[in-house]
Amino acid sequence: MSWIPVTEQDRREMLAEIGAASVEELFSVIPGELRMRGWNLSPGMAEAALRRHVAGLAGRNAVSPVSFLGGGYYDHFIPAAVDALASRSEFFTAYTPYQPEAAQGTLQAIYEYQSAVCRLTDMECANASLYDGGTAVFEAAVMACRATGRGVVRVHDSVNPVWRGILRTQTANLDVEVADGADPEGAACVIVQNPAFRGDLADFTDLAAACHSAGALLVMAFDPVSLGLLKSPGAMGADIAVAEGQGLGLPLGFGGPYLGVLAARKALIRKMPGRIAAATVDTEGKRGFVLTLQAREQHIRREKANSNICSNQALCALRALIYLCLAGPEGLREVAEACHAKAEYLKARLAARFPVANPGPTFNEFVVRLPIPAERAAALLLERGFLAGLPLAAVGAGGQEELLVAVTETRTRSEMDAFAAALEDACHATDL
Amino acid sequence: MQLIFEKSRPGRRALTLDPLDVPKAELPAGFCRETPPALPEVGEFDVVRHFTHLSRRNFGLDSHFYPLGSCTMKYNPKVSELVAADPGFAALHPHLSSAPAYWGACQGALELVHDLEGILAEVGGMKAGCLQPMAGAHGELAGTLLIAAYHRDRGNTHKRVVLVPDSAHGTNPASAAMAGFDVVQIPSAPDGLADLDRFREAMNDNVAAVMLTCPNTHGLFEPQVAEIAKIAHAVDALMYYDGANLNAIVGKCRPGDLGFDVMHFNLHKTFATPHGMGGPGAGAIAVGDRLLPYLPGPRVEKTADGFVLSQPPKSIGRMAPFFGNFLIAVRAYAFLLRYGGDGLAAVAESAVLNANYVLARLRGAYHPAFDGYCMHECVFSAAAQAEKGARALDIAKALLERGCHAPTVYFPLTVKECLMIEPTETESKETMDAFCDDMLDIARIAETAPETLKDAPRGLPVTRLDEVKAAKDLNCASLA
Repeated sequence: MSWIPVTEQDRREMLAEIGAASVEELFSVIPGELRMRGWNLSPGMAEAALRRHVAGLAGRNAVSPVSFLGGGYYDHFIPAAVDALASRSEFFTAYTPYQPEAAQGTLQAIYEYQSAVCRLTDMECANASLYDGGTAVFEAAVMACRATGRGVVRVHDSVNPVWRGILRTQTANLDVEVADGADPEGAACVIVQNPAFRGDLADFTDLAAACHSAGALLVMAFDPVSLGLLKSPGAMGADIAVAEGQGLGLPLGFGGPYLGVLAARKALIRKMPGRIAAATVDTEGKRGFVLTLQAREQHIRREKANSNICSNQALCALRALIYLCLAGPEGLREVAEACHAKAEYLKARLAARFPVANPGPTFNEFVVRLPIPAERAAALLLERGFLAGLPLAAVGAGGQEELLVAVTETRTRSEMDAFAAALEDACHATDL
Repeated sequence: MQLIFEKSRPGRRALTLDPLDVPKAELPAGFCRETPPALPEVGEFDVVRHFTHLSRRNFGLDSHFYPLGSCTMKYNPKVSELVAADPGFAALHPHLSSAPAYWGACQGALELVHDLEGILAEVGGMKAGCLQPMAGAHGELAGTLLIAAYHRDRGNTHKRVVLVPDSAHGTNPASAAMAGFDVVQIPSAPDGLADLDRFREAMNDNVAAVMLTCPNTHGLFEPQVAEIAKIAHAVDALMYYDGANLNAIVGKCRPGDLGFDVMHFNLHKTFATPHGMGGPGAGAIAVGDRLLPYLPGPRVEKTADGFVLSQPPKSIGRMAPFFGNFLIAVRAYAFLLRYGGDGLAAVAESAVLNANYVLARLRGAYHPAFDGYCMHECVFSAAAQAEKGARALDIAKALLERGCHAPTVYFPLTVKECLMIEPTETESKETMDAFCDDMLDIARIAETAPETLKDAPRGLPVTRLDEVKAAKDLNCASLA
């Protein structure tokens, strides 16, 4: 086998050194009745056959339609340098930086990622990343309960319904009550999202103040790309800021791997889950980086740890960092402005025919009410080469006729014109 | 080395966009930020140089032997990278699975999920797999939440206790606690195995589950595992298998056949997906009959009309937004197809052979923590060296200086001055010989001049770092 280098000759010499008659002897501790009796798996494939098989599966997925599908995950442009650098095997084949002298690249990158997240959000500290936006919401909720000694988490209806599902699943057996609404009275935290899942923009500054006078924390989910333009969670007074970081140079990848961003006020750092890198010095006084405050973590604290998490999405965090460096302050602002301007163009174009359900301003996503079920429209538009958006009833976030339409900087005016015409045509044809 | 922020020069930039082809749009000022985020202003070449230099300050598996016990640092096949980068997967929007209108547009991906979940169930001797958990610890959380749902469904809310041996990974008790259970730790027997009598004593009607790693973190197969399962099942406590060490037995025996009800796989260990500096991994789970109804949903099902999604009525719900770390799963799928049913046993056989070879070569110089053959990893105590003044940490740093990653040190907590070595099946005899020669040489230095090891590692980007200062003068971000 190509990935097992030991030869017959090696095996004989190694067994002689070990003093065993056969490899099977090394397994003699496994009782015979527990051994495998065979299984129902296909025989192995050579590399060429394997590639044909997997490419065949990939080919049965539609990635060519012009996409207006978002719902928390977006097809932003990814500069070539992101892939080129993140695919260096010194990064992607390395392990967790438990030996810091052999992992300064990893540790400095994590420190820089944490710094970039703080600068983007106007928060004071950030961890080395979590699995995704949804689990980051869960960790933030548990963190707020720990920090306040309270057990009620209120979730505003702006929050992504998929993430609310994760929060419900993972708190099911804890002494944590997950309730709807934004009333901070008696709550550990109120969780809000800006822009909202349905696209609406809000300023939660007043809510932050209300939370603080009620002794609750404000947890704010944000879209990192939007912060090139929008008021940050820190500026609004959020105590914990969380995000799905996919938009920062990560491919859509049918759901992962993604990037859970979590940042907080410095006073909360010891309640934070996950790894944290910090700067220090070596024996010669030279700057270096280590993992720190590990007494919060499972390998030290076991069942008393802040979280069970024992990994981070370091490679995804690296991609996000590289993206943010390539974009810079001006580039990120331009990306955010392009998303907003193009979404406004399409919204105006569609509003001529379909009511827009958002009462106020939106960023790059908005809801239209169609004269036909949104599922039906999505199916018809797929036939015409478009992913029309997310039928909101499918995720429990709107009515049957409501379609969530997303626009990124990668869409062109002519694509939007063609889409609007196709949607009008499909709805008109079906109406008749 | 400078931070990327320290290389920033006003006005320099990398990213350029297509000219805006629609009118500019304004937002009410109250919604906008007043100053731009203080990200670095650097050119593309600055970014390329910076991150290339950073990468060269890392030990990676492609460049260094990485015998980290419990981490299964095996070669990450390049074909796995290639197939996962196919735009048919990489550019696929996950909400295609949310709306039935789009299911036809992601049939290949849904088939892969369905196929891989089936393969994992077969490898584990279980009834069904689920790709949602995004890391091993997340798989443990999913598994213990399933166990909680099972007991709740049967009205057994008094079952609040999870038994965990003291040799377990820290994630086991932490995950059980996060799933709302009380953890009781069971001391290991002196031979490094689970203490059957202690399990018997601790077992009662309040016990919800037993979490075991097999082989355990001492590198030993638990020969009484079926007996422990029998004791647990007698009081309707379920058996959780921590798949961290599956590499030792894959193709030789199956957790389901050993009596386990639920398990997680570390796809990044057993099935060779890259560790990515600490993630993303993937922690798919598989379950037997008892927990089948509660699996996280939605589930991919095969019908006459193709693959569809459904939410089983008793499902605990979502653990992940979609199908876990899907592109990691694609890599693991490629690995599994490459070996196939007829090839996987060779993985365990070579992994165990290699570990025993290292054990045999080093046992004269370092004290094996336990008697007999090991499985996929060997555990030594450097207590004798420590007495002379060379601690396990010093030995680890001396290895770094010689261009080899260190073994896992100070874990498991049950062994003093622990060195835990896992070569994996992908290392050649020559690589292991070079490692053993280094280890023997370090043992000699530990005898004769242990103080010289305190200066290790030399010649790396930094010498030993002040971890106390890092925590005391906490600087975890360069703020603007």
